[in-house]
Amino acid sequence: MESLYAVTTGVLSACGLFLTLRGRTFPVVVGLTLLSYAVNLFLFSMGGLTTDGAVIVDGPSDYADPLPQALVLTAIVIGFAMTAFAVILAMRARGDLGNDHVDGEDNREDRSS
Amino acid sequence: MIQHLIILPIVLPLVAGAILLRSRGGATRPKRIIGVTATALLVAVSIALVAQAAGGEVTYYALGDWRPPFGIVMVLDRLSALMVLLTSLLALGCVVFACGGDDEQGSNFHGLFQWQLMGINGAFLTGDLFNLFVFFEVLLLASYALLMHGGGKARIQAGLHYVVLNLAGSALFLIAVGVLYGATGTLNMADMAQRLATLPAERAGLVSAGGLMLLVVFGLKAAILPLYFWLPRAYASAPAPVAALFAIMTKVGVYAILRVYHLVFGDQAGALAALDQPWVWWLALGTLVMATLGVLSARDLRLLVAYLVLISVGTLLAGIGMRSEAATAALLFYLPHTTLVTGGLFLLAELIGKQRGKAGTRIVKGRPLHNASLLGVLFLVGAAAVAGLPPLSGAIGKALLMNAASAEQQPWLWPLLLLAGLGSMVALSRAGSTFFWRSHAGDPIEQPLAKRQLFGVAWLLAASPLLMLLAGPVSDYTQATAEQLTHPNLHIRALLPETTDGGEA
Repeated sequence: MESLYAVTTGVLSACGLFLTLRGRTFPVVVGLTLLSYAVNLFLFSMGGLTTDGAVIVDGPSDYADPLPQALVLTAIVIGFAMTAFAVILAMRARGDLGNDHVDGEDNREDRSS
Repeated sequence: MIQHLIILPIVLPLVAGAILLRSRGGATRPKRIIGVTATALLVAVSIALVAQAAGGEVTYYALGDWRPPFGIVMVLDRLSALMVLLTSLLALGCVVFACGGDDEQGSNFHGLFQWQLMGINGAFLTGDLFNLFVFFEVLLLASYALLMHGGGKARIQAGLHYVVLNLAGSALFLIAVGVLYGATGTLNMADMAQRLATLPAERAGLVSAGGLMLLVVFGLKAAILPLYFWLPRAYASAPAPVAALFAIMTKVGVYAILRVYHLVFGDQAGALAALDQPWVWWLALGTLVMATLGVLSARDLRLLVAYLVLISVGTLLAGIGMRSEAATAALLFYLPHTTLVTGGLFLLAELIGKQRGKAGTRIVKGRPLHNASLLGVLFLVGAAAVAGLPPLSGAIGKALLMNAASAEQQPWLWPLLLLAGLGSMVALSRAGSTFFWRSHAGDPIEQPLAKRQLFGVAWLLAASPLLMLLAGPVSDYTQATAEQLTHPNLHIRALLPETTDGGEA
């Protein structure tokens, strides 16, 4: 399970990073969203992955760390709000600047894409 | 009441901001009164905090009375008290200046301003790595909205870059916090410092990866060499009072570097101690070089001041990179000076731009200014202070810093720091002579200066002569602060009295 989890997180963050580096605002926003998903998964796993563990300390051997769950909840809320803000900002930039390029000006010819 | 003092710099702006954001429109006057009153109260609170911290005792406020390392704590020591006081002094100048008309260009200025203060104060006071992230988000969210206050193409464009970069930075921050939590099992900075002393060897790589990722995040906030490209345009396009308040934002990054790498990665961390030192030192020198070039090439006064902010960041980080008690004391003396004076220059640029009509703050020939002599004197004081000319406080700060450099650091620091000073002097005198002496034959615009705006500028620029007059007590305080910072054991013992033997909890 751990390797599957690690690969999932890795693929998500790689895709997020790639999209964040694109030149148009929509892929950038999607990339940031993927990146925040990857981060949330990563945070969730930072207390160690356990199955069937008690939620709180129940003997020294078998328990799930409750703190990452609290942290990931905070991170999800903040990430969600930020995504909403970034979407609105991207739309505003599209309206004000006349195109959806992150630099506000489109130097290339392929405007149709 | 007195034991709740530590939380007040966060609660006060929170409540004021909530009241101010209750209605979007409405009369401006009550909003201004609430905003200015809350900021003035904040100044009073932070003076009380400095008085409390000056004795050298580290005190903390445990929220919900959950003891550290389990609960959330706000920690007050000399450094955090100094930073909170600096924030409130800067904010008072900015908010009074904004009452001169800038707050009416868009909605919700005062409410967002208060919440920005809440985030900044929280970042300075928190004793917990995850809450540092939360308060960073609070201050960033408010800053996104404030940066675009009033709208306009340049602001939207600069704002987009700023938001995307900081969102990516936040993701990296969370990853770093996750790695550190996974490796040490705690988020409380004092507790983490203690656990690093007994860290199993196989986890050292993980912790140093987490620590260096944190450095990237703080470097992005502080605008260190490869991560500063967002700053000049964002600061140059922000509304004047916001840009002036942003002068403290880079210092939040500087503060975080100081705090984390002195407390968590302090001497007790063994092989992991001073993890940041080689990186910060060389990158800070690089920042100084690039910022000097930027200052010389800027064709707009606001852009010029933005690059002056970068010079101050480079100078401060070079002080951190030296990593000695004397250097820390020197940079802490330089920090209030540079924050307040660059903030004042942003405000002054706005006043000058307003009187020049179309030419604005661009450094070109324009019409003569209506209040040329008054603005000229203010500009002279600000320029001399920021370039580090004696007798003003910039010279004292730089002299302290150069004095603190060790023999092998001197050949690097001295020429770069002095050249940065020369560069800013050349650029500022060119800008000043263009603004005040080389003008067309046209008539000045009959626009009297708003008293509030003038007060804001004078309040911030007065910091430099005041810091010069009070250099003795202030440098005593910063010396004591540096001493406290380089001995994190006192800090750790204050927070975790029962587990000082360093064993696993």
